[in-house]
Amino acid sequence: MPRKLMKGNHAAVYGAILAGCQAYYGYPITPASEIAEAASLLFPKFGRTFLQAESEVAAINMVYGAAGCGLRVLTGSSGPGISLKMEGISYCAGSALPCVIVDIMRGGPGLGNIGPEQGDYNQVLKGGGHGNYKVIVLAPNSAQEMCDLTMLAFELADKYRNPVFVLTDGVIGQMMEAVELPEPVTELPDKSEWAVYGTADSRHLINSIYLDHDDLERWNRELMKKYEIIQKNEVRVEEYRIDDAEIVTIGYGSSSRVLRSAVDIARERGIKLGMLRPITLFPFPVDEIAELADRGLTGILTVEMSDGQLVDDVNLALRGKMISDLYNRMGGNVPTALEIVENVSELYGV
Amino acid sequence: MAQKTILRKPRGFIDVYKHKPGAEKDRTHYCPGCGHGILHKLIAEALEDFDIVDKTIVISPVGCSVFAYYYFHTGNLQVPHGRAPAVATSVSRANPDSVVISYQGDGDLAAIGGNNILQAANRGENMVVFFVNNAIYGMTGGQMAPTTLEGQITTTTPYGRNVKTDGYPIQVCEIINQLTAPVYVVRTSLHDMPNIRKTRAAVRKAISNARDKKGFSFVEVLSMCPSGWKMDSVPAQEWIKENMIPRFPLETFRDDSEDTPAIERPVPVMDPDEVKRILEYSALSDSNLEKNPDAAFEKVAVRIAGFGGQGIMSAGIALANVGMEYGYNVSWLPSYGPEMRGGTANCSVKIQSDTVGASECTEPNMVIAMNQPSLEKFEKILVPGGALIYNSTLIDIEPTRTDVEVYPIPITGIADELGNTRVQSMVSVGAFAAVTEMFDPGEIENLMTSLFKGKSDKVMKLNEKAVRKGYEYVKENFS
Repeated sequence: MPRKLMKGNHAAVYGAILAGCQAYYGYPITPASEIAEAASLLFPKFGRTFLQAESEVAAINMVYGAAGCGLRVLTGSSGPGISLKMEGISYCAGSALPCVIVDIMRGGPGLGNIGPEQGDYNQVLKGGGHGNYKVIVLAPNSAQEMCDLTMLAFELADKYRNPVFVLTDGVIGQMMEAVELPEPVTELPDKSEWAVYGTADSRHLINSIYLDHDDLERWNRELMKKYEIIQKNEVRVEEYRIDDAEIVTIGYGSSSRVLRSAVDIARERGIKLGMLRPITLFPFPVDEIAELADRGLTGILTVEMSDGQLVDDVNLALRGKMISDLYNRMGGNVPTALEIVENVSELYGV
Repeated sequence: MAQKTILRKPRGFIDVYKHKPGAEKDRTHYCPGCGHGILHKLIAEALEDFDIVDKTIVISPVGCSVFAYYYFHTGNLQVPHGRAPAVATSVSRANPDSVVISYQGDGDLAAIGGNNILQAANRGENMVVFFVNNAIYGMTGGQMAPTTLEGQITTTTPYGRNVKTDGYPIQVCEIINQLTAPVYVVRTSLHDMPNIRKTRAAVRKAISNARDKKGFSFVEVLSMCPSGWKMDSVPAQEWIKENMIPRFPLETFRDDSEDTPAIERPVPVMDPDEVKRILEYSALSDSNLEKNPDAAFEKVAVRIAGFGGQGIMSAGIALANVGMEYGYNVSWLPSYGPEMRGGTANCSVKIQSDTVGASECTEPNMVIAMNQPSLEKFEKILVPGGALIYNSTLIDIEPTRTDVEVYPIPITGIADELGNTRVQSMVSVGAFAAVTEMFDPGEIENLMTSLFKGKSDKVMKLNEKAVRKGYEYVKENFS
């Protein structure tokens, strides 16, 4: 397969191009700026639209417009920028508009710093915008997955007419790896049922207003039904040396890379450690994690670069049958594999 | 011949307002005496007369005209407060042949959306903006707008607008007219028939501009809000004449419609073969050079560090690229975020046959230190038995570690001898190849064209030499 060494941020743009994304609207922010830069370089080569918006708010609203016109459309940002986009994301979800948003997480709250962190988990997963909605969230942990999961994001966005996040942290965005470039998509889905093209046949209405309370509640229930189907059909996980594991670690994004190394080190020391990595954060791998509780494990350790946001969902999934421990780093610090192994030894006496 | 009287709505309107809830699907939701209905009608008529109803897309804002989509027989998008120009931008870019209308009130356009309107105007987007200025927030019940007049009483200026605390009414046309890109900027009024006729002409000019892809047309319309102003319809018309027009003069600020060429937008390339051609798939790496089974290193986790400008990042990228050509799994991580403190640049490179886990080399088996602070900082984290390559041209202290292999190499000196300090990064790449025995220097030279894509032959030759010199120095001095 043809390979190219590239940054995770660049790989996301390649994925978008290959998925037939026709427009990029974004605003610069570290550590996501390479996405806008790569898009500004590549999109015009294809006669596709790149526009540096005047603000994060404008960018997400441009996404709303392009999505309403049936285009595959991308934007990228990081923590503070994602906060600003939230109103627009709620509108996209409320109007059932497919779009893809890449969030390269940095340290927070506030201005925080530009180091890698995973503190956007709650704002992205728990509906940082207003109202009753969910977004599909994919969590790549390599440059290859930045490409592949961005392509998948477009597919899922169209399949469910829903915004999709590609959620990762500064390490994955900034690091370079060899990426095998997949084949470009050959066919784009037909959106003529609802998209606005400025033609006699497309006099559609893109809208999220339901003045009548019962109408809005009906729409809320339809969305809930959609999210249930997504929960049922789209869960993706990676398991590493989990079959005979006595202790299982759970993490996503760059912490899952470290966990893989930690598992290898632990195994060399005779500790039966395994890893479960959610690739989809919504839908969250609820059943896969619940099942861990029936294995008679010594322990479950959630490792995250945030203040216990992921472990809350892990514990919800465990339904009280077990309680996951938490090991976390923040502020731009990435845990090291040794740190994790030592923590495992201390916690579980192994 | 007797004149025929046509009693029907313009075809720019939907015949029956099906989106409007409730029983009254033949009339608008606007209050008696409101100007919106008049402006809606002028727009709908123009769309029919120009035969462009089908290709028109109307953006409904937040405000009283939030329900503009009830009425226009066009494509419709309802959008967040203030963002109509941003949405209209991408709608116009997506459908370059369509006529895009952004219909906005004064709170939406001049307060919360102030930046969006300026930027869309400044980009000269192909759209028409109808800006209904009634000096008040109508939908939310009569609060102060950016265009509320001095002394005007609203529900949030119960003592009258005080310019000392609330600022002055914003004259939007005058601001838009400061920008270079807009083609047509005009202010009209709806307070009497002669002015409605002038508004009609402005509406038609602006819409025909969008049809002809002339760019950005801005029509500000002074409009009555009897409910918000708490007065009857006729006094409301009088109020515009007496109070609003002195502050908001009716004027054509700019009309470059005639002299402006049509905007051309490219047609997107979507054909998969063409996409692969543009992405240069044929030039992508597809080689699997033979790995050296007897190499001194089976896998490498190397930390390369030095001053900014020493080519630290590019040395790391070159190593990762070469590793990829040998079919290894590779990763490269730049110093980034908090790591960047202290004036040293560094990167982590991993080259190995199995899957790469953590990409940061926290326990490297090799350190390449290009300056003294880097040596001091990173020799500590080297694993026992690892390799420490350091730049003896710039470092005059001895490493403290005795449990590692030490390679003092005059990296900068070798580069200087070649006539260009900048090739020191490739000297270190050559040294890496010699110490690890993972890469053949000849193969690295073969890869020069892909490593230095777009660089001159001279630059490539120089870098080739640098690799070779670095390699030979190690072989001659440490074997």
